[in-house]
Amino acid sequence: MRKTTNQKAWFMVMPMLLLVAFSAIIPLMTVVNYSVQDTFGNNEFFWVGLEWFEEILASERVHDALIRQIIFTSIILAIEVPLGIFVALNMPKKNGLWASLCLVLIALPLLIPWNVVGTIWQIFGRIDIGLLGYLLDQIGFDYNYTQDATAAWFTIIIMDVWHWTSLVVLLCYAGLKSIPDAYYQAAKIDQASRWSMFRYIELPKMKGVLLIAILLRFMDSFMIYTEPFVVTGGGPGNATTFLSIDLVKMAIGQFDLGPAAAFSIIYFLVILLISWVFYTVMVHSDKEESV
Amino acid sequence: MSLKLESVTLSVGGEPHIYQTDLSLEAGSMNILLGPTGAGKTTLMRLMAGLDKPNSGKIFWNGEDVTDREVQHRDVAMVYQQFINYPSLTVYENIASPLRIMKKSAAEIDAEVGKTAELMKLIPYLMSKPLELSGGQQQRCALARALVKGAGLVLLDEPLANLDYKLREELRCEIPKIFAQSGSIFVYATTEPEEALLLGGNTATISDGRITQFGKTAEVYHQPQNNITARIFSVPPMNFMPLSKRRDLIILGEVTKMPASDAFLTLNDGDYLAGFRANHLDLHQVKNSLKFDALLNVTEITGSETYIHMEHAGKPWVGLVHGIHDLKLGSNISVYLNPAHIYVFSKDGNLALPAQYTERVG
Amino acid sequence: MAKITLSGLAHSYLKNPENEDDYALKTINHVWEDGAAYALLGPSGCGKTTLLNIISGLLKPSSGQVLFDTQDVTERLPSERNIAQVFQFPVVYDTMSVYDNLAFPLKNRKLSPDYIESRVQEIARIIEVEEILTKKAKGLSADIKQKISLGRGLVREDVNAILFDEPLTVIDPHMKWQLRTQLKVLHQKLGHTMIYVTHDQTEALTFADKVVVMSMGEVVQIGTPQELFEKPEHTFVGYFIGSPGMNILKTQVNGNKAIIGNHEIPLHKDYKNLSGKLELGIRPEYVSLTDNPDDLPITINRIEDVGHYKIIRASHQGEEINIISKEESGISENMRFARFDLDHTNIYANNWLVTP
Repeated sequence: MRKTTNQKAWFMVMPMLLLVAFSAIIPLMTVVNYSVQDTFGNNEFFWVGLEWFEEILASERVHDALIRQIIFTSIILAIEVPLGIFVALNMPKKNGLWASLCLVLIALPLLIPWNVVGTIWQIFGRIDIGLLGYLLDQIGFDYNYTQDATAAWFTIIIMDVWHWTSLVVLLCYAGLKSIPDAYYQAAKIDQASRWSMFRYIELPKMKGVLLIAILLRFMDSFMIYTEPFVVTGGGPGNATTFLSIDLVKMAIGQFDLGPAAAFSIIYFLVILLISWVFYTVMVHSDKEESV
Repeated sequence: MSLKLESVTLSVGGEPHIYQTDLSLEAGSMNILLGPTGAGKTTLMRLMAGLDKPNSGKIFWNGEDVTDREVQHRDVAMVYQQFINYPSLTVYENIASPLRIMKKSAAEIDAEVGKTAELMKLIPYLMSKPLELSGGQQQRCALARALVKGAGLVLLDEPLANLDYKLREELRCEIPKIFAQSGSIFVYATTEPEEALLLGGNTATISDGRITQFGKTAEVYHQPQNNITARIFSVPPMNFMPLSKRRDLIILGEVTKMPASDAFLTLNDGDYLAGFRANHLDLHQVKNSLKFDALLNVTEITGSETYIHMEHAGKPWVGLVHGIHDLKLGSNISVYLNPAHIYVFSKDGNLALPAQYTERVG
Repeated sequence: MAKITLSGLAHSYLKNPENEDDYALKTINHVWEDGAAYALLGPSGCGKTTLLNIISGLLKPSSGQVLFDTQDVTERLPSERNIAQVFQFPVVYDTMSVYDNLAFPLKNRKLSPDYIESRVQEIARIIEVEEILTKKAKGLSADIKQKISLGRGLVREDVNAILFDEPLTVIDPHMKWQLRTQLKVLHQKLGHTMIYVTHDQTEALTFADKVVVMSMGEVVQIGTPQELFEKPEHTFVGYFIGSPGMNILKTQVNGNKAIIGNHEIPLHKDYKNLSGKLELGIRPEYVSLTDNPDDLPITINRIEDVGHYKIIRASHQGEEINIISKEESGISENMRFARFDLDHTNIYANNWLVTP
């Protein structure tokens, strides 16, 4: 079937586009404004050019935060994506009470506000009153996330996995549900192994949603703020100070508005760039396959 | 009522989907768009409905230019291959829905729904939900919704393609009756020549975005003006072989010769393409018929008739003969063809000489 | 290849079926001969797909057994039955090349690479996909994909049977024609036992040596296309096969005479002591239009020109009679009578054929 294009839709979305432009671009311009000026108070600003950008790019503190951020995002992607696929594969396939129950249970963490998630884990991990912290302490681990960097990382990663694996599961599950039964039947008749079924039927059919899941998880985790802020506040020391925590410290803690603005813009561009790369790779690999 | 397409074209992203098309449809006519998948049938229907705008050309409705008019403001109803109904509404409410939009009174709605439901044999199911019905009934419901609207132009896009064979046969029989009562212009897209013939009316054969012929269905079937139309309008596919005329001699295929008589004499000397339909091949010599040798590939029995698949001079041929013939696979057979059943196409594909028998039938 | 025996087979989708109507498939006993081509024909919901799934092992029957040759395979999984199945929608592994698709069942069975190579090439030649062996399966058209799914079945030499579940549904009419013929040729060349499920009578009759007609979970007749056409054992078979189906007319039978309305038709055979609902069945192909007032008077309602023949829709006292006449036969004003070919006139009592 051939499709025809119709340009009229653009007019329909015009009002929305204008709204987005006003709500997104105008605040962004304020940030750009701050990033190229300095102030000594009294609402007096003067032009400094790219000075703040140079300072941020050379700043060791920002470098460290960036490295921590990359490590964090890599770890949670490496855990959440395979785990999400695994759980999705083991979800009940037939519609029914059991399937609905599983879905609700899986979706539950996604429904909890982020700061509440942080608070839950902050308490859960305490050695005096938290179940996790207490148990770990009792079986002999030296677990104290307020003082030990490894423990802090452990807590935050576990918390993120608990919070967000569900998203990957739900997306993959939707992808799996769309596979007609005939594919499984044919594979059985072909005596395909469980791995082959996954590799040649489930994975190709899940590819689209999986890439969206990875993209979403990447963007979200790269911007993570609320939960680690509530649990560790970026500590101990700077051990869990990720980019956005560092940014807020810089902007509100030290009130260095100029550098913070430059930082925001760089941060924004980095996310945009990586997302764009993801997207291109996705679209490209899709095209290549249909040749 | 009339619908007229004038020099309409459509291309998408520089790729032409509909080449320059002129078409004029009269009130109370059944018009069939016949062509393979991807030929442009649906695209043409979308243009008629106003879902798409042509790149150039104009569309007239009752003589009025409606090219730029939105589909909501046109007098159109459409039925698709998929059974599209409102799943949460009863059959009654489904049929009533266009009337409710028109803000008709409850009494009027009741009367019209009753009338249409009776015509479509849906009375016993009025209170059921569409998904509780069989495929045939669901499509009847969709058809009823289109009919009750009383639109001047009713577009049916392969409406029977998803139905069981027997249900298709039944509805196919009913559709001409329904349309005869309504007076609207019907446009019906199908990929199956047999369906076109059963529905009658007019047929436009479509291939690669071009209408290759438009006329009365039986006439298009019997008098295809070019080899593309002939090919589209033949199942099994039309058989072809080279034909050349040398003064008073006709050479068919590679070896068969016959004296050029009557109509064949009107051809200029030269090379042509001869085409004939499967049902005109015979296993027995009859008066005047020509003999061809062929290699038998396979036979298929339909009950009363047999399809014979064979190869003549390296080209696949199909014959449809009466009776049961279980011939041996791979054997050499002789088939016979009355020259009166041969269509002659010139090298550019246009009809040079219609088959003589059509003077008697069509 | 194997002979397939169904013995006392029945299936219900309910846990505790109580009566006949709860069964999607009513008790069936049948032997599928080794190497023959069968079609299971019937409208949707008649149980044909249920039966196919039981043979392939995707469904376990409520009662009865399935035997391949002499082995009871009722409890075996599909993968242990050595069968191939082609589905309604083409099932190919999108990310694999055509070659890998064909090689997949062999690789899974750990056969030697040399053998796989030669076997895949051979099958590719038979199903005519040699030129696209290196292409990815994803972008191919539906008919080629369907050929590949068929090829995956053929590639295993020891396959017991190939099952087809309405394999031409999504194929264009012109390609349908070609693919169907190719199937038939393949069957003749390779001699696999083939079972083909369809609701399309043309597909069933042209493909199969023997057609199994099913209705409401029951087998109504098993026979060659010719038998089903000429001697339908049940009025359903008469109606379902043929387009239009058999004319079924209410009648009274008196010895060797059938009475329709107040017209008497002499029969070739003598029927004695018939009771119940009596009907006369005759195919439209065996009715001819005449101008002889001794024949059955009819009213012609409509004439449909179907190209190589005409369908005359007529009626006699409100009962529909369809007549098929040849392309070139003329129909004149005074031809208002129908004559039945008595060799092909059947009598039915309570829907079942009566043999005197």
